Amino acid sequence: MTEDVIIIGGGLHGSSTAYQLAARGRRPLVIERNHVARHASGASAGGVRRLRRHRAELPLAMESLALWRRLPELLGDDCGFSPCGHLLLAETEADLAWTVERAATTRSLGYDFEEPIDRAEVKRLVPSVSNAVVGGIIARDDGFGNPLVTTAAFRRRAESLGARYLERTEVLGIDRDGDGWTVATTAGRFSAPSLVNCAGGWGERIAAMLGETMPVRMKAATMTVTARVPRFLGPVIGHVRKKLSLKQMQNGTVVIGGGYEGRVDMEAGESDVLYAGLPGNMKPVIDAFPHLARVPIVRNWTGLEGNTPDAIPYIGPSPNDPTLVHSFGYSGHGFQLGPICGVIVADLVMQGATALPIGAFQPDRFATAGTLQWGAKEGTAVEEQKAV
Amino acid sequence: MTDRPDLAIVGAGPAGLAAATEAAARGLSVTLLDERAAPGGIVYHAVTRSPLGGTTVLDADYRRGTGLVEAFRSSGSTYCPNASVWAVDRDGSIGVTIDGQARWLRPRRVLLATGCMERSLPFPGWTLPGVMTAGAGQILLKDSGAIPDGPVVLAGTGPLLLLVAVQYLRAGARIAAVADLTPPGAWQRGLPHLAGAFGCLPLLRKGLSMMAELRRSDVRRIPGVTGLRAIGTDRLEAVEVRQGERAERIPAGVLLVHAGVVPNIVLTRMLRLPHRWDPRQRCWRPDADAFGATGLDAIAVAGDGARILGAEAAVHAGRLAALDAAHRLDVLDRAERDRHAAPEQAAIERHAGLRSLLDAMYPPPDGLAFLDDDTTICRCEDITAADIRAAIADGCRDPNQVKAVTRCAMGPCQGRQCGQTLARIVADATGQTEEDVMPPRARPPLRRLTIGDLAALETESTP
Ligand SMILES: Cc1cc2nc3c(=O)[nH]c(=O)nc-3n(C[C@H](O)[C@H](O)[C@H](O)COP(=O)(O)OP(=O)(O)OC[C@H]3O[C@@H](n4cnc5c(N)ncnc54)[C@H](O)[C@@H]3O)c2cc1C
Ligand SMILES: Cc1cc2nc3c(=O)[nH]c(=O)nc-3n(C[C@H](O)[C@H](O)[C@H](O)COP(=O)(O)OP(=O)(O)OC[C@H]3O[C@@H](n4cnc5c(N)ncnc54)[C@H](O)[C@@H]3O)c2cc1C
Repeated sequence: MTEDVIIIGGGLHGSSTAYQLAARGRRPLVIERNHVARHASGASAGGVRRLRRHRAELPLAMESLALWRRLPELLGDDCGFSPCGHLLLAETEADLAWTVERAATTRSLGYDFEEPIDRAEVKRLVPSVSNAVVGGIIARDDGFGNPLVTTAAFRRRAESLGARYLERTEVLGIDRDGDGWTVATTAGRFSAPSLVNCAGGWGERIAAMLGETMPVRMKAATMTVTARVPRFLGPVIGHVRKKLSLKQMQNGTVVIGGGYEGRVDMEAGESDVLYAGLPGNMKPVIDAFPHLARVPIVRNWTGLEGNTPDAIPYIGPSPNDPTLVHSFGYSGHGFQLGPICGVIVADLVMQGATALPIGAFQPDRFATAGTLQWGAKEGTAVEEQKAV
Repeated sequence: MTDRPDLAIVGAGPAGLAAATEAAARGLSVTLLDERAAPGGIVYHAVTRSPLGGTTVLDADYRRGTGLVEAFRSSGSTYCPNASVWAVDRDGSIGVTIDGQARWLRPRRVLLATGCMERSLPFPGWTLPGVMTAGAGQILLKDSGAIPDGPVVLAGTGPLLLLVAVQYLRAGARIAAVADLTPPGAWQRGLPHLAGAFGCLPLLRKGLSMMAELRRSDVRRIPGVTGLRAIGTDRLEAVEVRQGERAERIPAGVLLVHAGVVPNIVLTRMLRLPHRWDPRQRCWRPDADAFGATGLDAIAVAGDGARILGAEAAVHAGRLAALDAAHRLDVLDRAERDRHAAPEQAAIERHAGLRSLLDAMYPPPDGLAFLDDDTTICRCEDITAADIRAAIADGCRDPNQVKAVTRCAMGPCQGRQCGQTLARIVADATGQTEEDVMPPRARPPLRRLTIGDLAALETESTP
């Protein structure tokens, strides 16, 4: 049987791509080993954040935010998107200096959404914040969405436009033949003239099946959700220097992240919470909001996500074959980019090109020997990405 | 207290107490953790301090717990009451809060002796105040000797229901009816297993005499019950009992429900140990060998948490696990371990014989049989059977997916109550068997842990 396009991976990126292709008249087949949003897209903290994003991602993030606002119209679902703002707290003079410098850099790139604010404005926005806070930097139009609802909404709309999903089906091998791609799965073989790799943390394995070198490291970021507390927080909170992410949901629970790593079990496709690092995750929470110290944790969880050496994704056609498109390795911040990356991949599949700048995300940037260097500590890439 | 004992045991019920005593006798340093204030676990709950301890309301079996506790107390083990274990890692490290203080233990080996819990059996109205499990009713009785003023209805199946009925009777409670959910023909089903149960003659006799005691009393017994409904506005006012087509309303202030017990697998599931479905006991249990060894080298299981065989068998299983721990820590060679193990294993076989009889007589009810679409399944998040079925109709095929979509099993109890029913509904609605569908994996922390507790844990002392 021949399909139009085969998409490997039913996370947010596979589903957003499926929706865009279906909306343009294709009938994509999404093959997902588990169930939709089983991995990063279900475990995600759901931050819709441009603030402190890598400069290469900024043009995409701007366009993506525009799409986030249109999701009710496009998908018939608001995906829980709440534009409550993202605020990074500053506690020292050096922190404040960083906010000014960062906003200036972003402005020089042509964006003015990052705004350094003083203590009074922080206090006005978040009255319960600790007095140690001296200011911050805010992106007022950022916010958060509901990851499960978002992925499900893309999937539902994609299906209603003609996309097909095969869940509980694993891709085992891929062959290139005269007519296109033949994908061997646990549910038989499928062929299509175009192939998309949206396999998240397993994207490297799919690439390897195709003879392409695209290194990722699987990481298991840890999340914490608390019991419900009276509303005290509007914007999503981060910190200029500390690993911290904190937001209050509509139901009153507080969701805390920060990129603390759990245990990865690649073989089982599972991950475990490691309480080892979590004291360090909780201290900045209490520093900022002392009243949270007494709030019980309802649940900790971890989610698997593929991280690239430079912490920005692989997005683009294979250098060997334009009918193969890669889109994975979102390195812990691909939720916000979900809507726009579907557009980009659909452009690449259908026209072989896209208007958005994706040069930095070239799939083969670590393919040549000697180019691979993991997470250079001082590099702007890592510096800009450290808050989830 | 050392935070690196040879063996840490979670659970001070019969299995944990016996294991600690045996392991200490073999020269291991042992730390026994239990969230209760006193040793004894569920069955010997408050054994050393119950106001009813000296009366006939609670019988000799119950008081036998004091022997276990005394042996343990003089064993040299370290005992930590009020110690809530909120996480166990695959490497054996334990996160525990003792008297309000969170800390880490890094034992060389861990024995999980966390016992069993009552099977959840949702039916219309089961969340009304006044409705509780028979076990909860028993704990009230053991702790404070309290009996309710109003009429009590007991409903369910199995030996524990019988026991609690007799205990309430002796305590002078007004029992309006015992609604028996056991399918008719218990003795016919049991007959082929009777001879195998003779190894546990005293327990068998105890059961028979309780049945006789209940029969002699004028307590009304309603056999062959096929449906239940708790009725009331703010709290329970009556129980509707259905036998096939026939329904009857019985005024009641308290309804005690019991549908058998299942292993408490929250920790073993959290650890991602392999589990197997037990079709006769209709429950999941961790895969373990005769010594309780699991798929993870540092972690073993014993007692009703490993396999439902009752309190006496739990004692023997605890000793087996202790012998194996001593062997694995090189203080007991294999031949010695096996020599000491033989009588314990023989005792367990006897209890397995009795259990076959009980399983045949009291087959666990199907969790689906008593609920309707409006019945609450997840109490924490207020999710009904209809909500779950809607998610399945929307494409969900496994409980984790339903959990993600509906929030069923995502609340404070993390699915301890509703997990199995959720799995049952999913199996039913997707044409799978109970064996195909595991309850969702609970997330830590398993017990109360605040942001401040966690922040105060020294990072260096964590594993
Ligand atoms: C805990 C956590 C918090 C996060 N917080 C944020 C945040 O606040 N903001 C933000 O922007 N981003 C955040 N992210 C990142 C974001 O969630 C991810 O970047 C995004 O969801 C990635 O989507 P994906 O579709 O690429 O990957 P996934 O959702 O992982 O999907 C990949 C899919 O491919 C399937 N697959 C793999 N191999 C095969 C195969 N051989 N055959 C078939 N199927 C296969 C997998 O089963 C999987 O479902 C977070 C991530 C995590 C883990
Ligand atoms: C409600 C109820 C009532 C019962 N009544 C009777 C009865 O009257 N007669 C009878 O013969 N059998 C009774 N049983 C069955 C009996 O409980 C078991 O056969 C027996 O207790 C098994 O012993 P055990 O050592 O395996 O576990 P248990 O005796 O259950 O001991 C387990 C211990 O682990 C502790 N624990 C569990 N999780 C944690 C944690 N996370 N942190 C710290 N501590 C933890 C618990 O506090 C408990 O003390 C009852 C069962 C239940 C569920």
